Amino acid sequence: MSEILVLVDHVDGVVRKTTTELLTMARRLGEPYAVFVGSGYEQARDTLATYGAQKVYLLEQPELTDHLVAPKAEALAQLAERATPAAIMLASGAEGKEIAGRLAIKLASGVLTDVVDVQPGDGTVVATQAVFAGNYTVRSRVTHGTPILTVKPNSATPEPAPAQPVEEKTDVTVSDRARAARVVERSPRTQTGRPELTEAAIVVSGGRGVGSADNFAVVEGLADALGGAVGASRAAVDAGWYPHAYQVGQTGKTVSPQLYLAAGISGAIQHRAGMQTSKTIAVVNKDPEAPIFEMADFGVVGDLHAVLPQATEEVNRRKG
Amino acid sequence: MNIVVCVKYVPDATAERGFDAGDRTVDRSGVPGLLSELDEYAVEAALKLADAGDAEVTVLTVGPADAADALKKSLQMGAGKAVHVLDDAIHGSDSVGTSLVLAEAVRKLGAEQPVDLVLCGMASTDGSMSVIPAMLAERLDLPQVTFASELEVGDGTVRIRRDGEAATETVEASLPAVVSVTDQANEPRYPSFKGIMAAKKKPVQTWSLADLGVDAGAVGLAAAWTAVDSFEARPPRQKGTVVTDEGDGGQRLVAYLAEQRFV
Repeated sequence: MSEILVLVDHVDGVVRKTTTELLTMARRLGEPYAVFVGSGYEQARDTLATYGAQKVYLLEQPELTDHLVAPKAEALAQLAERATPAAIMLASGAEGKEIAGRLAIKLASGVLTDVVDVQPGDGTVVATQAVFAGNYTVRSRVTHGTPILTVKPNSATPEPAPAQPVEEKTDVTVSDRARAARVVERSPRTQTGRPELTEAAIVVSGGRGVGSADNFAVVEGLADALGGAVGASRAAVDAGWYPHAYQVGQTGKTVSPQLYLAAGISGAIQHRAGMQTSKTIAVVNKDPEAPIFEMADFGVVGDLHAVLPQATEEVNRRKG
Repeated sequence: MNIVVCVKYVPDATAERGFDAGDRTVDRSGVPGLLSELDEYAVEAALKLADAGDAEVTVLTVGPADAADALKKSLQMGAGKAVHVLDDAIHGSDSVGTSLVLAEAVRKLGAEQPVDLVLCGMASTDGSMSVIPAMLAERLDLPQVTFASELEVGDGTVRIRRDGEAATETVEASLPAVVSVTDQANEPRYPSFKGIMAAKKKPVQTWSLADLGVDAGAVGLAAAWTAVDSFEARPPRQKGTVVTDEGDGGQRLVAYLAEQRFV
């Protein structure tokens, strides 16, 4: 079986769901070999084993994480030259895409980003992408070098396949040029206790109709009752009602949850670009002409300040 | 300081976009194009640095004849000069080919006057891959400082704030560097009447692949390292149920969510 390198996305050893999705998808193509960079492996070990990593390359040199992107790209390039994998897979966040970009040049290999599905085909990998705001489904192949794929969150349901990975501590050479961009300060984002926006199965988003920062409490209330993440439209973010990190849309985050609930959002094209691939879309808006109703599987024409609290109460009642 | 801003001419996201049935590249016919919205932030970042001190701002694009419009808009905003790499052989290039052409154009500009800063938007609004800045940095052997939501340049150093998924980082590198900015970095200015008039007199150079010393066989569809096998339009969403709140809107919403097993 061929080796598929999977870069582990983690925070101090807490493996993100995107990685268990990657490991699950990698098993369709070959044997997943996890690449763990940084500290905290003790915490990550069980998760990587549960999801079928046959081997873990452990790269613990601090210079790999003290600098931006470039050293990780060098590390993967060196592993790839040693191991000749059939594909290299990364999560489709900002960092994953940038590592993929540098790696593509280093390995003279094609790169596909925001992949939502992979299948083996004709000695290479056939990748599916949703493009133009999800209006087209495209099947592509890497035709040169080692296929480098970045995979969008929520593209697969993580399926356990317990393995006993061989652990290999690996040292790589980090060049001076890769150390050129130095991380001088790092402050972890405040934890809200809610799921990560891009990974969440349920997202409840608020827009202009929410009316104020304080009123976002009704959006948060329903999100919490449903166990979902909170999002915001650009209008709400620009008004200063919610932090930019939660903006859904073309210039914010792209989400693809099982359920997207848009409250007080009219559905400008830029917003739709960020959520159009959501499986189920529910809408609450007092304007029956709002374009977002065209996308709704279920819509309520009404005031979100009445509908959302009632919905929250009803969810909590049903949960007992 | 000599700043080069890489910009892209993209099909308007509000128009119906699609693919050419023949070569499976993006079909630009009948779709109005414009300067990628996310590149306006990069142009603005360059202009802010120019406003604050002595800097020359060159906008650079790789694209078909119409792409001159993206340069025009940037010049109207206040960039000093523009370079358009225009060559039929570039059609169908993937990010690898595009980054090669951009890198060679930056090198050529640098041979005239050393380049201190290469600025890019965080992604294009069409392909939205976000890989070009990283590829450029790799090809030019420069530090890469990307997804800046705040940008400061001084004393031969660039310092940015970057809001990652898990943490906010401050990153520093010495110049020259490749920097990409997010839509949080600034508020792009609108071209003033004076700017629009002044833009007409600003120099726009057009370079071919031969001018850059790039082999036509190294770019374009045939040289791309990825290939599109097929594409299909997603069927339009079936219009769902819409109810009007009559005091029970929240309950009806939850009844639907329960039916779909979200509750």
